[in-house]
Amino acid sequence: MAKHEFSIPVVKSTLEIPPIQPGAMAHSSPFVAKAEHQQPLGFPGELVDNWKSVAIDKMEELLGKYRALPVFLDSCVKCGACTDKCHYYLGTGDPKNMPVARQDLLRGVYRRYFTVAGKYFPKLVGAVELTEEVIDDWYRYYHQCSECRRCSVYCPFGIDTAEITMAGREILASIGVGQKYANEIIGKVHKIGNNLGLPGPAFINTLEGLEEEVEEEINVPVKFPLDQVGADVLLVTPSADFFAEPHVDGLIGYAKVFHQAGISWTLSSYASEAANFGIFIGNYENMQKVAERIRQAAIDLGVKRIVVGECGHAWRVAYSFWNTLIGPFDFLDPAYPTPQHICELTYDLLQQGQLKLDPAQNDDKVVTFHDSCNVSRGSRMGDTPGGQFTIPRALIRSACSHFVDMAPETTHEHTFCCGGGGGLLTDDLLELRVKGALPRVSALKRVIEEDGVTHMAAICAICKSQFSKVLPEYGMGMDMVVSVHQLIGDALVFESAQ
Amino acid sequence: MAFEINGKTYETDEEGYLANLSDWNTDVAGRMATEDDCDLSENHWEVIKFLRDYYEEYQIAPAVRVLTKAIGKRLGKDKGNSKYLYELFPYGPAKQACKYAGLPKPTGCV
Repeated sequence: MAKHEFSIPVVKSTLEIPPIQPGAMAHSSPFVAKAEHQQPLGFPGELVDNWKSVAIDKMEELLGKYRALPVFLDSCVKCGACTDKCHYYLGTGDPKNMPVARQDLLRGVYRRYFTVAGKYFPKLVGAVELTEEVIDDWYRYYHQCSECRRCSVYCPFGIDTAEITMAGREILASIGVGQKYANEIIGKVHKIGNNLGLPGPAFINTLEGLEEEVEEEINVPVKFPLDQVGADVLLVTPSADFFAEPHVDGLIGYAKVFHQAGISWTLSSYASEAANFGIFIGNYENMQKVAERIRQAAIDLGVKRIVVGECGHAWRVAYSFWNTLIGPFDFLDPAYPTPQHICELTYDLLQQGQLKLDPAQNDDKVVTFHDSCNVSRGSRMGDTPGGQFTIPRALIRSACSHFVDMAPETTHEHTFCCGGGGGLLTDDLLELRVKGALPRVSALKRVIEEDGVTHMAAICAICKSQFSKVLPEYGMGMDMVVSVHQLIGDALVFESAQ
Repeated sequence: MAFEINGKTYETDEEGYLANLSDWNTDVAGRMATEDDCDLSENHWEVIKFLRDYYEEYQIAPAVRVLTKAIGKRLGKDKGNSKYLYELFPYGPAKQACKYAGLPKPTGCV
């Protein structure tokens, strides 16, 4: 735990495109999963002997299964529009962190084995033999992509590097080279039900503690119900909400909203996790298995609605993939959207006048909002386009008198990743995380200097943990980071007559 | 990875967390702290002790609010907050203190 040895980039309030530094991040590589982390997910425990043929076969399978993949691999014209759009390139200067170069790591091999020109004239078309060196490069640089999809916004063909990264990781795991951080976590969800490995008794103990704490503080008996059969709402939320700060204040905010709106709700000890790292490793079977727990819990508890807490990629999985993975949801009440985001729920209650907020409670803050990648570019909220941008902002404005947006090229669909998304929120990638946060930190610095911003709200557990960790590296306080529902909870006026 | 104290070898994971919980003793905590240039005070030990007790009962490290509440009760209300815990364990109470207590590293989005 010694002080790290890399240098912290100088943060300026205007982002500069760095000069190319080949190999600058060639040393960055996360811990490889051990057999005990690989096998429960259905992957081989270590590098298989015939890894080359297994890798090519897996690539063939993915090319057939995911129709977008061959399109993305075929259609790049090397226009360069993506080159300066990746936060990891902007933070490190390593040219392999340019999205086109990251794609080319897979594209070269694809051309060599799956195109006529690549089979017969490999040098002419940039086709590359699959070697151990290539595998090593894949492992390094597919773990320097947070699958944030910012580059795809600027690509004239809409090539989604995240899909290529997911395919790269899937092939790696299938030959026995998985990533420890993500795979250990998925294993815990399969076994215990959440990323933390928080077992039932500790979960109960934690929730009871929160009930006491909230009642002591505001003198209102706000409950955190668990496994309550017949509740209307099942809330699934990232387990970080139970464990960490500032996340837990968001959880308290959700509970206050449910309490004040008189909605009966419950958490589930079986589905005690909204996050789904199956998407990060690009593995459909694991993604489905993780999601299935939520369907099962909803059926077992007999709820009418499923609401998802503040978690970026969980919302993308829920919004964009649940119906395919674990649908249909014909057992839920069709009067409500399935799934529903906690921000949508609170927003609707505010629209209906069922909640009263007193923004003066947050008058000590000037707040900005960090759009999370998976919410911004992989989903929506509400029933109008762009709801995923307007609804969280409307919530903050209802709860705070002072709100300022960061520069438009860094918000909405142009938002920068926090630097820790996509399964990279691990200490063995700390240098990457710190440097990858630079574009967001730069935009934040500007609103701090120009508008006196004191807090940055987020709706993603990864973003909250990542910023709490890396902002201090840039001389900013970790307590700047808040949950949107912390702001709501703090401003909520409790009226007895509803 | 591994380290040695008085001729006994202690296995750790890649980040120096003890591989076997039962291997833990105060010398192990002391050695890990020394490597981080951290002097363990009475208050550090109070946190370490609580973490071990909690883990023994629940097989997981306590959530931050569980920890701050317990430390507030033991060391005084002014110390029952994460700011104080970060003063004790600047690399983060969840990770640094768990490591010294011989607990596995917390996983997830934390």
